[in-house]
Amino acid sequence: MSRRLVRSRRTLCHDVAVSAASPAHADPDVEEAITPDEVTFLAKPWVTIVWNDPVNLMSYVTYVFGKYFGYDKKKCEKLMLEVHNDGRSAVSTGTREEMERDVQAMHGYGLWATMEKQ
Amino acid sequence: MSGFARHRRSGNIIAEFAGFEAELLRSLASQLVELLRNEEAMPSDTTDPFEALMDFSGPTSAPDDPVLARLFPTAYADDEEAAAEFRRFTEGSLRDGKSLAAGAIIDGLEQAGLPPELTEEGLHFDVELDETTADAWLRSFTDLRLALATRLGVEDGDEDYWHSLPDDDPEAQAHDIYEWVGYLQETLVEALMS
Repeated sequence: MSRRLVRSRRTLCHDVAVSAASPAHADPDVEEAITPDEVTFLAKPWVTIVWNDPVNLMSYVTYVFGKYFGYDKKKCEKLMLEVHNDGRSAVSTGTREEMERDVQAMHGYGLWATMEKQ
Repeated sequence: MSGFARHRRSGNIIAEFAGFEAELLRSLASQLVELLRNEEAMPSDTTDPFEALMDFSGPTSAPDDPVLARLFPTAYADDEEAAAEFRRFTEGSLRDGKSLAAGAIIDGLEQAGLPPELTEEGLHFDVELDETTADAWLRSFTDLRLALATRLGVEDGDEDYWHSLPDDDPEAQAHDIYEWVGYLQETLVEALMS
């Protein structure tokens, strides 16, 4: 996952540099090449990780993701299964302050959460 | 005890408790409140007694007690300084929140009919929770299960070990209680999501 994001950033920086250096020849397609995901990545450099533990029930973890993040049932179940099968899941992205709020909330719900830079 | 279910007309969540079950749950919740207050939530890195008295902010290092360490995990795995800052600003309010949630269980059971001292045999009563209170109970069930599991050393896929212990083994009995709170939580989460 992180490898894909690093590549996205390189692509984006390259495109920005090209447009700035030669505005007259700027390719109109360049802007469209920046997908919303990549823009989000630049604005939201931190991520909240929820880790697997032997105690928390799958149904409860799904409930917490819906209750706190407001995600739909499908997304909650996908994230819960990532935690269960892969041992961890990135459940939210944002600024450092936003992620500190999310981690604190997860601890309030008894989930084992940490935060890191993407 | 048949677990929690949503009452169709009022939308509230209802469960029937036997007196001894309610007494057990109240005792667990009370112990959790005690534990949360037990270890002082003070910075441990100051040696100046005046500074210690004047510092009302939270702790900066992980709690010594393994249960408290699990209830308040380290937020930054690779950055000790950021982890200490995070803890200083969050652990106090997290402790308060968990105490309040455990208190909601105690209050709810007593309002529903659990006397201060259980003497009557065969006592049964209904506990009825609105959505907000049910959410507090649910969070506190997690804290209770984390506390019991940490003390017991519960791991993934170790059910056979616990069930192989003789019935009178104290660990087996504690594990039965852990599973019972898990059952309560499973039915409560199902009722909340229905």
